[in-house]
Amino acid sequence: MKDIADELSEHAFFESLNPGTIELIAGCGVNAVYKPEEMLAREGSSADELFVIRKGRVALLMHSTERGSLQVETLDAGDVLGWSFLVPPYRWPVEARAVQTVHVIRLDGKCLRDKCNADAELGYELMRHFAALIARRLDATRIQLLDLYGQLEQ
Amino acid sequence: MIHWTAEQLDAFVQHLHAESYEVIGPVIRDGAVTYDAMEELPVGYGDEQEAGRYRLTRRGDLSRFGYNLGPSTWKQFLSPPSETLFHVREDLIHPVVPEATKRAFIGVRACEMAAIEVQDRVFLQGDYREHRYEQRRQQLFIVAVNCSQAAATCFCTANNDGPAVRSGADLVLTEVNPAQPWYLVEAKSDLAKALVSKVGGSPATDEQLDQAHAAVEAAAGQISRQLPRAGLREALFEALEHSHWDAVANRCLSCGNCTQVCPTCFCFTTREEADLMNDEVSHRRVWDSCFTEMHSYTTGGPIHRKTRSRYRQWLTHKLASWEDQFGVSGCTGCGRCISWCPVGIDLTEEVQILRKTK
Amino acid sequence: MCDINRRQQDTEDVFTLDIAPPPGYPGFAPGQFNMLYVPGVGEAAISISGDPQDSYRLLHTIRAVGDVTAQLRNKDGRSHVGVRGPFGKPWPIEAARGRDLVIVAGGIGIAPLRPVLYTVLSDRAAYGNVHLLYGARTPRDILYQDELMQWHRQGEISTTITVDAAKPSWKGDVGVVTRYIGRVRVDPENTVAMICGPEIMMRYTAGELLLKGIPMRQIHVSMERHMKCAAALCGHCQFGPYFVCRDGPVFRYSDVAPLMSTAEF
Repeated sequence: MKDIADELSEHAFFESLNPGTIELIAGCGVNAVYKPEEMLAREGSSADELFVIRKGRVALLMHSTERGSLQVETLDAGDVLGWSFLVPPYRWPVEARAVQTVHVIRLDGKCLRDKCNADAELGYELMRHFAALIARRLDATRIQLLDLYGQLEQ
Repeated sequence: MIHWTAEQLDAFVQHLHAESYEVIGPVIRDGAVTYDAMEELPVGYGDEQEAGRYRLTRRGDLSRFGYNLGPSTWKQFLSPPSETLFHVREDLIHPVVPEATKRAFIGVRACEMAAIEVQDRVFLQGDYREHRYEQRRQQLFIVAVNCSQAAATCFCTANNDGPAVRSGADLVLTEVNPAQPWYLVEAKSDLAKALVSKVGGSPATDEQLDQAHAAVEAAAGQISRQLPRAGLREALFEALEHSHWDAVANRCLSCGNCTQVCPTCFCFTTREEADLMNDEVSHRRVWDSCFTEMHSYTTGGPIHRKTRSRYRQWLTHKLASWEDQFGVSGCTGCGRCISWCPVGIDLTEEVQILRKTK
Repeated sequence: MCDINRRQQDTEDVFTLDIAPPPGYPGFAPGQFNMLYVPGVGEAAISISGDPQDSYRLLHTIRAVGDVTAQLRNKDGRSHVGVRGPFGKPWPIEAARGRDLVIVAGGIGIAPLRPVLYTVLSDRAAYGNVHLLYGARTPRDILYQDELMQWHRQGEISTTITVDAAKPSWKGDVGVVTRYIGRVRVDPENTVAMICGPEIMMRYTAGELLLKGIPMRQIHVSMERHMKCAAALCGHCQFGPYFVCRDGPVFRYSDVAPLMSTAEF
């Protein structure tokens, strides 16, 4: 049976990390399964986990009084969810909910932070990975922000 | 080569009338030399031009071609500013057939002849031919004139488009000695030879040939503005984000005068005009300008929103991408856009700055 | 003037006109457009969205945004419109034969790409992996959904439809279409890509395709400029060295990338 380290090293987000780093991270992780509609994170709650999605789809939702709940992004196998564990105030800015049955590796945020603090090299390596991911998501968000397919105001 | 007196030239114009040509040439109107249907050539007019300035002058001589260029261009007869292409009645399209008159242009300058040849490439050499233009072009008899003086705004020598007529005319005249003018006459086409023979004239002497040649040389010598073409296309495409576009845009009114007086600008748009009952619709073609907001309109609004983008579009098209599209520059050095710009923007100066700095 | 066979409302602001081709109409290639004329209002360039092999109907999927398209919206089976065409350079279907194909559409940009899908399906074995990535604004704005999902389920064309935002009931993807390019399975060197959508979406999409290793000259985009005459005579669609109506609307990305990244050019 595969252990957490094997599963992490096969995941798109971690595949370029060296085995030693993955071994260290794996110590913070457990497998978890979420049923359809089940909540992974509530907006405003403490961000204590990083979800490494192995299977299934997770929707990120925001709630507005005027427009109701809206899905603003979906994440699938190969994606990770929850970089909020890295940056203060360690709170979830959105709600995350399973669309289908979702299989994840749940990494404990505090455990990861402690390891990063203790090992600057590991911390830097992981930070670089997240910076790249956040930059790409930010690019995508900017395009989304333009509402390109909507009616343009003259 | 034939020598004509001024009286023989005037007689030639009358002969064209007699041969049922619609004769189009210089007409003094609104304080300028314009082109329109004319009876006889005006005598003794000149002009003074500078950036943003044109003044009609009396020369006090007997010249027929002592002026340079006014605001008119020949394109207004070959692709008119407004014409109806068809009517629609009861969902049926009824084309309007263009007039089939024989026309003669009198007084086409070298830069203008070159401009007509540029428009020939635009309208006749692509996958789609512009049939109205083609028909008018085929019915055209061109009497061109080598310039024996130049305006301060002229720069035809920059692209070897003048001051001597290169090609395309049926008949080429050179005016010599404006005080008591005579004309060197070169009949280039068979039709021109036949028409010239009706007026007579004497064979030109070697001395007269020399004098005519010297007159055109003198005009070339008066030209001071320059627009060097070597490497210009590449330089302009490299300068697309040059800060000078903003400097020009601060002066430019986006009025489109330059495109209206330019002899090669060809953009047109279409207009629909319906009667009140919407029983009959007229589909008209009218000149357009890349300085208008609607010119670049797409579903997302105009592409060229700012004046900067419009001037850049005009200049880079005229002097750079025109070469990609038609194999020649879109500028023949007539200088009209300089004279008729209300704020005196001078493309020869702008290009110098765009080429020099960043 | 041509008969309108049928008008279908696709979404709130998009409809499809099925027009009987004018006599002597030579047929069209995927990516080409017609000029549709409403007397008294004017002409508009509209890409053809139907099956090139169907010679009985010319489909035009139209979003009502301008004067002409607003009038076209009011047309029905009793009306007539003027049709001139087809115009423009088509998608490089021949170049895609024997290769993988990535098709990326944004919004109404799916319309000029649907003829590509029909053409591929008519000889599916001639192509390698075929992926369609289609981004729409919301689930209600998705065009041709049944048809696309049917082709997906049959395993003919691997399709990802994503939206910019959705109500919680939507079970599909949410996110911009560029995010999904990384997941597409193709042999990059041996792949042809076709993109149609807003210019900024095409630029970012092309950027992702380049990252994936697809050569720039194998990436094609469909440009929009003001097309008035469609015969390279009126000057409106002038785009650097090109007239979009004649030299496009489909261009190799390698030929237009620098011009596309110059604002307001």
